[in-house]
Amino acid sequence: MAVAAEAPRPRRRRLTRVAVARGSVPYLLILPVVGVLGALLAYPIYRLVALSLQKYTLFELIRHKGEWIGLDNFSSILHDPVFWHTLVRTVVFTVVNVGLTVVGGLVLALLLVRVSGWVRILLTSGLVLVWAMPQVVAVQVWYWMTNYQNGVVNYVLTQLHVGDYFQHDWYATTFSQLGLVTLLIVWGALPFVAITLYAALSQVPRELVEAAEIDGARPWRVFLDVTLPILMPVLLILTSLSILWDFGVFTQAYLLIGASHIHPGNYLMSVYLFQEGFQKADYGKGSAISIVMLVIVAMLSFFYVRKMVRVGEVE
Amino acid sequence: MSARSLRRNGWNVVGVALFVVMVFPVFWMISTSFKPADEINSQTPTWFSGHPTLRHFADAIHKPFFWDSVKNSVFIVLIAVGISMVLAFLAAVALAKYRFTGRKLFIVLMIGIQMLPGAGLIIPLYVVLARYHQVDTLTGVIVVYISAVLPFSVWTLRGFILGIPKELEEAAMVDGSTRLGAFARILLPLVAPGLVATSVFAFITSWNEYIFARILLNDQSKQTVTVWLSYFLGTSRNTDWGALMAASTLTAIPVVLFFLIVQRRIAFGLTAGAVKG
Repeated sequence: MAVAAEAPRPRRRRLTRVAVARGSVPYLLILPVVGVLGALLAYPIYRLVALSLQKYTLFELIRHKGEWIGLDNFSSILHDPVFWHTLVRTVVFTVVNVGLTVVGGLVLALLLVRVSGWVRILLTSGLVLVWAMPQVVAVQVWYWMTNYQNGVVNYVLTQLHVGDYFQHDWYATTFSQLGLVTLLIVWGALPFVAITLYAALSQVPRELVEAAEIDGARPWRVFLDVTLPILMPVLLILTSLSILWDFGVFTQAYLLIGASHIHPGNYLMSVYLFQEGFQKADYGKGSAISIVMLVIVAMLSFFYVRKMVRVGEVE
Repeated sequence: MSARSLRRNGWNVVGVALFVVMVFPVFWMISTSFKPADEINSQTPTWFSGHPTLRHFADAIHKPFFWDSVKNSVFIVLIAVGISMVLAFLAAVALAKYRFTGRKLFIVLMIGIQMLPGAGLIIPLYVVLARYHQVDTLTGVIVVYISAVLPFSVWTLRGFILGIPKELEEAAMVDGSTRLGAFARILLPLVAPGLVATSVFAFITSWNEYIFARILLNDQSKQTVTVWLSYFLGTSRNTDWGALMAASTLTAIPVVLFFLIVQRRIAFGLTAGAVKG
């Protein structure tokens, strides 16, 4: 923009030294970023592809030289039932987590509109506090709250007569392990979703809602026909972001379930990748898993990237 | 009482209840870290301790490698954030102030890279860094963190630069300043709050990072605080809960403080534009 404004010259563009220098300014400005990301992302991704076609274990790591084996790594994971079970488990896990996060966030946002001022400030502050909690810290707190000897969750559930949870071991079954991980992730993700949606709700014109109410529309209809369509773009972005984050989740799943309890029966995709590729030092196979995972994520992120790029172009 | 205010009171009750549920884990962390051991290990929990103690904090900071890990984290984060802010700022100026061929591709890459799951890149980065002997060095982690926060920082800073009225910059140039002069005197001071907000966010991201620090640093004296905290339990799991919660509180404090400062400014970076429609 600024470049065009600065050069109200005749049509014939002469490639003087000054013009060339001006034209190269933006490229010089982005050069460092491109350089760093080229070295630390483009090159590793190139290496990732190469590694996935090689036998590459600790032995090859020390020699810095792999052995070409074609598509063997890929066929080995595609014939591995653990891979398919992990994929299905991760998809189900993602759907549940994203569903709870987005619906919960929407409910919280709608509630924020309806409560009195002081409750709104209280609840928003609480949400921001939760938002700020580091993941690794949250994992430790979760583990302390749910430990079987004297976890406060067991105590409260027993007191509320939900059932007898005295010394209940939440880490005994895959279902309850992943259930705890889900609660941890949803708890951590709700603030971002709720506060963003609350901001979006304040963009909904009041007159529109009031007009619908005067016309006798029930609250539910007002929500479906007036509020929801206006929220839709934000909801879609939040949903696709949540899908990406939850599909690739590692820290909470790995740390909360705990290294000693991790086994192929409770793998999520990132954990599978970490165990097969990194812990077993089979970097070739790990690379093949990474590629499969990155391809899935790339397909999932298509919508979000396209939308955001449009935003970037308009401005 | 009218039906309307009755309904509002109902929502208020729900709101306060949800506040209690959401904040409880944070409350429980802080409250546990101040409780004497017998209250912690009792079968019946104490909500507010009658005899608060600082013992667990003393225990936590005297654990092996606590101060090492704090030093490492501070060092890694400061250098990574410092370098990325300079680089990101230059690129953000290019995006905000110039139209050039390849601009769109650059934007696509900045947004796309942000979406890559970290776990998907651990193996190639590990292998590449091992090749150049950067495993178990802080430098290796620093460069990884730089590449991790760059895309986000470029994107956010671009927004802050765009937020500055063009007229201000133009007025300075009319007054005879060069472009560089206008930049230094007008743009930089105005964009300073944005730079602070972005660097604090980058600080938080790097401080909280776990998986790369976990795989790239094996030596205990080189670990960061998140890795140190994750090993706190050890493998045995008969745990000193008080010290664990005190350590958790200490790890969270810098992040929470910084986050409260910048949350408003930065929160909408990820969905910028979408809200406006």
